[in-house]
Amino acid sequence: MHRPLPEDPMIRSLIAQAKRAQISRRAMLAGTGAGATALALAACSTGSDELSPAEDQSESDKTLNWANWPFYIDEDDDGNYPTLERFQEESGIEVNYLIDVDDNNSYFAKVRDQLALGQDIGADTVCLTDWMVNRWIQLGYTQELNKDNIPNASNLVASLQDPAFDPGRVHSLPWQGGFAGIAYNVEETGEVRSVSDLWRPDLSGRVGVLSEMRDTIGVIMLENGVDISSDFSADEFNAALDIFREQVESGQIRNVRGNAYTEDLVNGDTLAAICWSGDITLLNFEAGYEKWKFVLPEGGATLWNDNFLIPIGSPRKTNAETLINYYYEPEVAAEVAAWVNYITPVEGAYEAAIAIDPVLAENQLIFPNADTLAQAKIFRGLTAQEENEFQSAFQSILLGS
Amino acid sequence: MAFGAFATSTAVAEPAARRKSPIALLLLLPGLLYLGLFFLVPLFSLVITSLQQPDPVVFGQFENAFRWENYVTVLQQYWPQTVRAFGYAALATLFALLIGFPLAYFIGITLRRWPLLQALALVLVIAPFFISFLLRTIAWKQLFSDEGPIVGFLQALAILPGDAAITGSAFAVVFGLTYNFIPFMTLPIYTSLERLDLRYVEAGGDLYASPRSTFFRVTLPLAAPGIMSGTLLTFIPAAGDYVNASREFLGSTDTAMIGNVIEANFLVLQNFPAAAALSLVLMAAILILVSAYVKRSGTEDLL
Repeated sequence: MHRPLPEDPMIRSLIAQAKRAQISRRAMLAGTGAGATALALAACSTGSDELSPAEDQSESDKTLNWANWPFYIDEDDDGNYPTLERFQEESGIEVNYLIDVDDNNSYFAKVRDQLALGQDIGADTVCLTDWMVNRWIQLGYTQELNKDNIPNASNLVASLQDPAFDPGRVHSLPWQGGFAGIAYNVEETGEVRSVSDLWRPDLSGRVGVLSEMRDTIGVIMLENGVDISSDFSADEFNAALDIFREQVESGQIRNVRGNAYTEDLVNGDTLAAICWSGDITLLNFEAGYEKWKFVLPEGGATLWNDNFLIPIGSPRKTNAETLINYYYEPEVAAEVAAWVNYITPVEGAYEAAIAIDPVLAENQLIFPNADTLAQAKIFRGLTAQEENEFQSAFQSILLGS
Repeated sequence: MAFGAFATSTAVAEPAARRKSPIALLLLLPGLLYLGLFFLVPLFSLVITSLQQPDPVVFGQFENAFRWENYVTVLQQYWPQTVRAFGYAALATLFALLIGFPLAYFIGITLRRWPLLQALALVLVIAPFFISFLLRTIAWKQLFSDEGPIVGFLQALAILPGDAAITGSAFAVVFGLTYNFIPFMTLPIYTSLERLDLRYVEAGGDLYASPRSTFFRVTLPLAAPGIMSGTLLTFIPAAGDYVNASREFLGSTDTAMIGNVIEANFLVLQNFPAAAALSLVLMAAILILVSAYVKRSGTEDLL
């Protein structure tokens, strides 16, 4: 379309100016748009290539980054970590202890993009729970452990040497473990011994459960007589899920929570809860007396472990292995267990603990004997499809739909 | 005060713009770059993610596709939480307005003669910001707990039955939203009322209007810009809020809002396309609701 411009020079110049402005604005928008698309596409591209471990520079780089959960290592009154300080003196490796993990899922969401590209995630070793370790191994996000650097790995208790998610412990070694069982307020309610007791009328609306699917559904399945470490079927899972849904919808279960469930026990919103063993020891310690009692439910408790693993992009693998080896010395393991109140996976730590504190060594939640361990089961590894299916069903109850 | 930015009712007369000033463009560049990098790129990425389809082999991986069905699926599955989010946000906005307006009126007009008291009252409105809002929300959870002071008091007065609970209820969530957003409502209204010329109100009285009629015909219209920005500053973040309604804070399994659904899909279910689609649905819904509101209120020039 070409129309002659008006005669008036002022209008002519105005029109010309408007045209130029228009073009430049459009060009600029297009440029920004194209740039943004390219960047966005780059961000979305999934690296489907086989990942290869980063080159080990431990020889020249005597540092180590260790990501772990809060309150999960011995700590003195000044906020120092005695066992870790000894390690630094002995090995000459400078350890940067990061309290970076407070949830398996959110930690994974934070680092997954770097892992998918095989990059360093800023942690040379990180302690995650069994099922999350399973996911990392399946996705190829971990490096193989060189057991020559970890001779103490032979101290690992027999029951944990061959988990389904990591046969022969090629990629992972346990850090601490714990039970999921039941705790109840001894002042406010009568004895609770099994999951069925939680559905008693006098506890209506005062029961808390964990938002960790494997623990909550796990103990319900055990109550139903299903062995969660065996190859159970989807029907058996769904039967437990139906019980859970019914108790949530009827209001028997007050709330489904993560770590915050301890607050509910403390402020009295819940009188009984499915919960983790180490927390109850800590709550009673804070209360100053045995206000809550932790029991392994009659049907059985779940047992979980958090495991060391070395992310694919870590250039300090040998340093990490040196650290793992150190924590597999029975004396060191006993010292840590005495502080964190969780189960140590190290053989011989029990004997070492007797020397430190005989009463502590008899605590079944820290040094469980064979009878106690027989009451607890490890939730088996789920296939990706099962994980997807079970989690969707579980989350839909949590979201009330 | 920054809150006044929205509330300017008199548009500054635009000086004849000098076109093509290279300095102006240069000054604009950081802003444009910022918008491009931190708004446009993530937005494109979000749109692309929302259309992805699951990788048939690896769980939790997605490949680029054009799967618009994602939107249908999430809406079918999560419409109750979406509706609930807007319902709660609307209620919270209404309550925040009912509390915030008298407060702003008191500070902006009644206390006008005592500037020191006025400043003090303003500080009190802003004071909650000095403490993290997560901590304040957790504090409310403790106050509302079954053995806590509020439930105990109401039960003693027989207002609440003996087995009643507040935490985890819709009331607790709307309360939390209202509480957390009251300053966002109060401050813009305050900036409007603070500038209100009281001679207009006197004139209303002189012309035999009742106080009530003066309020609705003079004060309220003059405070409209503040009310407008206050409601927007409250409603938009409240609709997407995922803290108050979270099971870890004041909510329960019955109170999940769209923000909680997005969180669960992103963090737990690893269903990134669903989370992205829901985020875009939320964005679009807010955009539509807000533009309808702005259009209806007839104050487009405010924005």
